[in-house]
Amino acid sequence: MSAANKESDMQDDGRSKTLVRFDDVRKVYQMGTAEVRALDGVSLSFGWGSFWAIMGPSGSGKSTLLNLLGCLDRPSSGRYEFDGRDVGTLNDDGLSELRLRELGFIFQSFNLIPQLTVQENIELPLYYLGWDQSRSLQRAKELAEEVGLGDRLSHRPMELSGGQQQRVAIARSLANDPPILLADEPTGNLDSATGTQILELLGKLHQRGKTIIMVTHEEDIASYATGQLHMLDGVIDRVEGGTDASN
Amino acid sequence: MHQIRVVRNILLGIKNLLLHKLRSLLTVLGVVFGVGSVIAMLSVGEGASQEALEQIRKLGSNNIILTAVKLAEDEAASARHIHMGIYGLRYEDVLQIRETMSAVTRTVPVKHIRKKGRLGERSLELRIVGTTPDWFGVVDRSITVGRILSEHDFEQRAAVCVLTEYGARRLLATEHTVGESIRIGGNYFKIIGIVQSEQVSGAIQTPDLEVDAYIPLNIAREFYGDMIVRRTAGSREREFVELHQILVQVGSDEQVEATAAALKAMLERSHKKKDYRMNVPLALRRAAEQTKRTFNIVLGSIAGISLLVGGIGIMNIMLASVTERTREIGIRRAIGAKRRQIIGQFLVETVVLSSVGGVIGIGIGLLFPWLITQFAGMPTIVPGYSIALSLGISVGVGLIFGLYPAIRAAKLDPIVALRHE
Repeated sequence: MSAANKESDMQDDGRSKTLVRFDDVRKVYQMGTAEVRALDGVSLSFGWGSFWAIMGPSGSGKSTLLNLLGCLDRPSSGRYEFDGRDVGTLNDDGLSELRLRELGFIFQSFNLIPQLTVQENIELPLYYLGWDQSRSLQRAKELAEEVGLGDRLSHRPMELSGGQQQRVAIARSLANDPPILLADEPTGNLDSATGTQILELLGKLHQRGKTIIMVTHEEDIASYATGQLHMLDGVIDRVEGGTDASN
Repeated sequence: MHQIRVVRNILLGIKNLLLHKLRSLLTVLGVVFGVGSVIAMLSVGEGASQEALEQIRKLGSNNIILTAVKLAEDEAASARHIHMGIYGLRYEDVLQIRETMSAVTRTVPVKHIRKKGRLGERSLELRIVGTTPDWFGVVDRSITVGRILSEHDFEQRAAVCVLTEYGARRLLATEHTVGESIRIGGNYFKIIGIVQSEQVSGAIQTPDLEVDAYIPLNIAREFYGDMIVRRTAGSREREFVELHQILVQVGSDEQVEATAAALKAMLERSHKKKDYRMNVPLALRRAAEQTKRTFNIVLGSIAGISLLVGGIGIMNIMLASVTERTREIGIRRAIGAKRRQIIGQFLVETVVLSSVGGVIGIGIGLLFPWLITQFAGMPTIVPGYSIALSLGISVGVGLIFGLYPAIRAAKLDPIVALRHE
């Protein structure tokens, strides 16, 4: 890509027009003697403020795709650009830094730290960002309030229902105010009513400008997203809705 | 900012350890006993060596003490009444030392004579110490009342004596005694002063179970001569001894060894029979220090082994903890924690653990010497450095044995760690 091209790809605020861009990304695992092509050449781009559902049967590569998007893993080949930056050039610390500042994670099993209180769990990213305690506490309170758990700050995760735990996890993912949230089956461990609440909360965040990438295998959940990306055997099978994802 | 994070890390570490109170406590026992034994053993060793050094110090580190020794063959001969024992140090020796040894600042001849003393109505056994005023410059005796012997007393050949305090009490005399006359043998002495008696174990003096009377050496020689006749149960022992002791004071500690060697060479030439003994307190101190050093090495090795075992125990538990908290590590990594922050977290936890063990160990280490002193009556001194050393060691144990588990934690693949159940 030439310098001129790069220039035109910039927005007024210095951010790249596309938040995430994959260019022929492959991920190959070695399972004993067999080679597993979890991702077999995926090219895509997600714009700012989009809400994508990644769908597909198990083994289709959707989790691998999310791990790569989340900078938890590196592609075997291909190029991954996050906000115009080549992620491939980053070392382990660089990837950590990117996750810390730009990404928010929401997991199927909530992944809260059991020995920490709600407040401490929400504060966790701020701790690594180096915020001081009073500022962190203030932020944690606001976020807990926002997800409807303002009165549960000193509770431990085990004392909360599944839906409440997931809301704590969402609050935690928002603490560093990332442009993008990555959700891996966020309603998978919840009953449908609670799941709906969580999805509505995600929808609200999307409306406020967050980019959301959500892995799911349920159609009705995927319908909350503005675009659906279907994976099959490590490649993008088809794309529905959305405007800026491409094969 | 950075300090606050350290404090927060430590608090977090304490919190995690408190989740498993019993386990944490059992884990640190190795360090507790390691540190406890370091302090306890060091304090016993220190106490013992201090006691020994104190005794040596009283003898004076820059002194060399020559003592007359009756030879075994003379002992046998005098028992058969056929021979007069002639042995011991001589006036000549004193002159020779004074003339030839420049490093020597004082040479004090001492003559011991046993006599009955009488003060008014009371009679008592006296040990007469015929010496020069320099004696009081070499041996530490503080004056209770009156004065000590002076050069003037010598020049005047004055029949004066200084008594020891214990003697003074036996004589029912304090200030009043000064100026009175005491009869020693057939001669009268004027009491000019009373000095404190000191329990000195060693060569200069036996403990003052009896009264010492210090008189000028020239008077002692004039009145009592060099011949000693002991009457015991019908037999008579005759001995000819000029001087019982010579105290040699050297200018500085550095010159002691050379002077001792020179003295030895000199006396070997002038005394055909080895009828004297030489004590060098400095050499004794050297030996005591050497013993202490050896003792410390042995104790250090024992303590080192227990700390090693303690450290391995901590490492074992921390490895288990890392496995147990794999998921937590995965979450922290996903959120953006760097590897070194994970290392830091676990390392702080291990150091907190081992330091708590160290502090408990110091408590035990302080308790034991106290108990030993209370019940066994042994002197113990807890050296200040032993506490700092123990704390340092326990922090070090935490760092060394915590590093591997912490690195293991940091090396976990976040994806694998997140999937861990």
